[in-house]
Amino acid sequence: MVKKTKSLSLNFGPQHPAAHGVLRLILQLDGEVVEKADPHIGLLHRGTEKLIEQKTYTQALPYFDRLDYVAPMNQEHAFALAAEKLLNVEVPIRAKYIRVIFCEIGRILSHILNVTTQALDVGALTPSLWGFEERETLMTFYERASGSRLHANYFRTGGVHKDIPLKLVEDIEKFCQSFPKIIDDLEGLLTDNRIFKQRNVEIGIVSKQEALDHSFSGVMLRGSGVPWDLRRSQPYEIYKDLDFKIPIGKNGDCYDRYLCRIEEMRESVKIILQCINKLPKGPVKSIDNKISPPNRDEIKESMEALIHHFKLFTEGYRVPKGNVYTAVEAPKGEFGVYLISDGSSKPYRCKIRAPGFSHLQAMDYLIRGHMLADVPAVLGSLDIVFGEVDR
Amino acid sequence: MISKLQNLEKLINSELSSKVQSSSINNEELLIEINEKDLIDTVQFLKLNESCKFKQLIDIAGVDYPENEKRFELIYLFLSHENNTRIKLLIKFEINQTIDSITKIFPSANWMEREVFDMYGIKFKNHPDLRRILTDYGFKGHPLRKDFPLTGFNEVRYSEKDKKVIYEPVKLEQNYRNFDFESPWEGTNYIKEVKDINKDGKKN
Repeated sequence: MVKKTKSLSLNFGPQHPAAHGVLRLILQLDGEVVEKADPHIGLLHRGTEKLIEQKTYTQALPYFDRLDYVAPMNQEHAFALAAEKLLNVEVPIRAKYIRVIFCEIGRILSHILNVTTQALDVGALTPSLWGFEERETLMTFYERASGSRLHANYFRTGGVHKDIPLKLVEDIEKFCQSFPKIIDDLEGLLTDNRIFKQRNVEIGIVSKQEALDHSFSGVMLRGSGVPWDLRRSQPYEIYKDLDFKIPIGKNGDCYDRYLCRIEEMRESVKIILQCINKLPKGPVKSIDNKISPPNRDEIKESMEALIHHFKLFTEGYRVPKGNVYTAVEAPKGEFGVYLISDGSSKPYRCKIRAPGFSHLQAMDYLIRGHMLADVPAVLGSLDIVFGEVDR
Repeated sequence: MISKLQNLEKLINSELSSKVQSSSINNEELLIEINEKDLIDTVQFLKLNESCKFKQLIDIAGVDYPENEKRFELIYLFLSHENNTRIKLLIKFEINQTIDSITKIFPSANWMEREVFDMYGIKFKNHPDLRRILTDYGFKGHPLRKDFPLTGFNEVRYSEKDKKVIYEPVKLEQNYRNFDFESPWEGTNYIKEVKDINKDGKKN
């Protein structure tokens, strides 16, 4: 007797708490085994690239906060670097240090969110409560530097917007002293936790070759044992003067990726501490007045400053013709900006390379043959944020 | 870094001399322009050649130049982990041309090509699943083309009468305004346009 089976289509999302946003995943199920996954994305598409073409370079920057809204400044960084490369401007050394401090804060922000919500997806509630308290502290650092918790709009072509308050440096240092203890606590809850391991070990295994074929980057690549980190291999800013390690996974499963993220947080704390110790004095944005706006008090005194101010906030600065691709190691992987300038003050084309886009694309291949209950675990370990996937 | 790229440029030029249209190194980045017919062969070469080893496709970016005869450009960005180099591959083509899909060589090209198709309406030959990806279900037009208006054509709202979300043509209280802030000393756009008309008028 032949038993007939029918596969079942299941609509996972777009309103599903484990979908980490607005993902509509159409699953073909054979019993509880996933046969095929077809992610439908674009529910958060806002046309960022089109909008950027209509804005000056200064106005385009805030759009980058809204891509991966979990680590806003890392995105801004990629765009600022691209514009700087085309303009060929020098960034003052203090600005570089401040940028690195805030990028690493962004990395911790993102990894806390990912690690704890992944734990939440597989049934552990406490880590997210503990983690979010720390995130809140980090976001107050963002607020004190830029004026807003999330959408910072802090980086500028040629530096950062304003210098950070003195007290802030002390507070960040204090945080760095106390935070490793919190990571230990989180690890105590998860790393050897039987349920957490059962849900993550040997789930969603990615081999080295497959990680390359699917354009993986960041933790997704390192979790599979490829030693590749843009901060080390193609260093930008001051990363080559800093001492930090790059954690690499062995098996390429969800658990290894979790461990990588935990270790990366520890490394980020080290980087921040080094930056704070070395933090030099000086200007925080380019002294070229054709690019960075003059001080308020200067405007009252100097006609030239007034003209510069007016021109910078109406026309903006012009960027020489050319095209350039810059990438930074964002928490989720390689975040790149391919910028084409036609010589005017607005980008002709700005293609955003979001790491999550490639990672989510591999969902079908990752989840095939797994159980339905593994879908949230794999999705969690991909570290998807729809702001950047949908753009 | 630069010498590495120069060596690579030399190598590619000699190995693919019949295919390479032009090559340049700007801003420490290597850009190779090829004919769109040679795309598959070139990508295959870049991936497999011992001194290239571009094993990862980073992204595919479309660009629209409405005034050019070859209106569209595609830029393929590749990365080699072994050699720690990047390369940009450029193809130019006309509006109705279909481009070979590279999904067979790089599986990750699947969604990238879908995105280009969605945004520019460029069709890919032998693509396994060429559907729209980022825009709404049933969306018409290709938003990143330069002749697509920023405000789009349709907007959605919840209709109290129909008790559902409905589509309507875009109604704006005020049209989108694009101010011309270019320096008047160098001639603003509308003055340039007037001048151009005068020139044409004289010729006629």
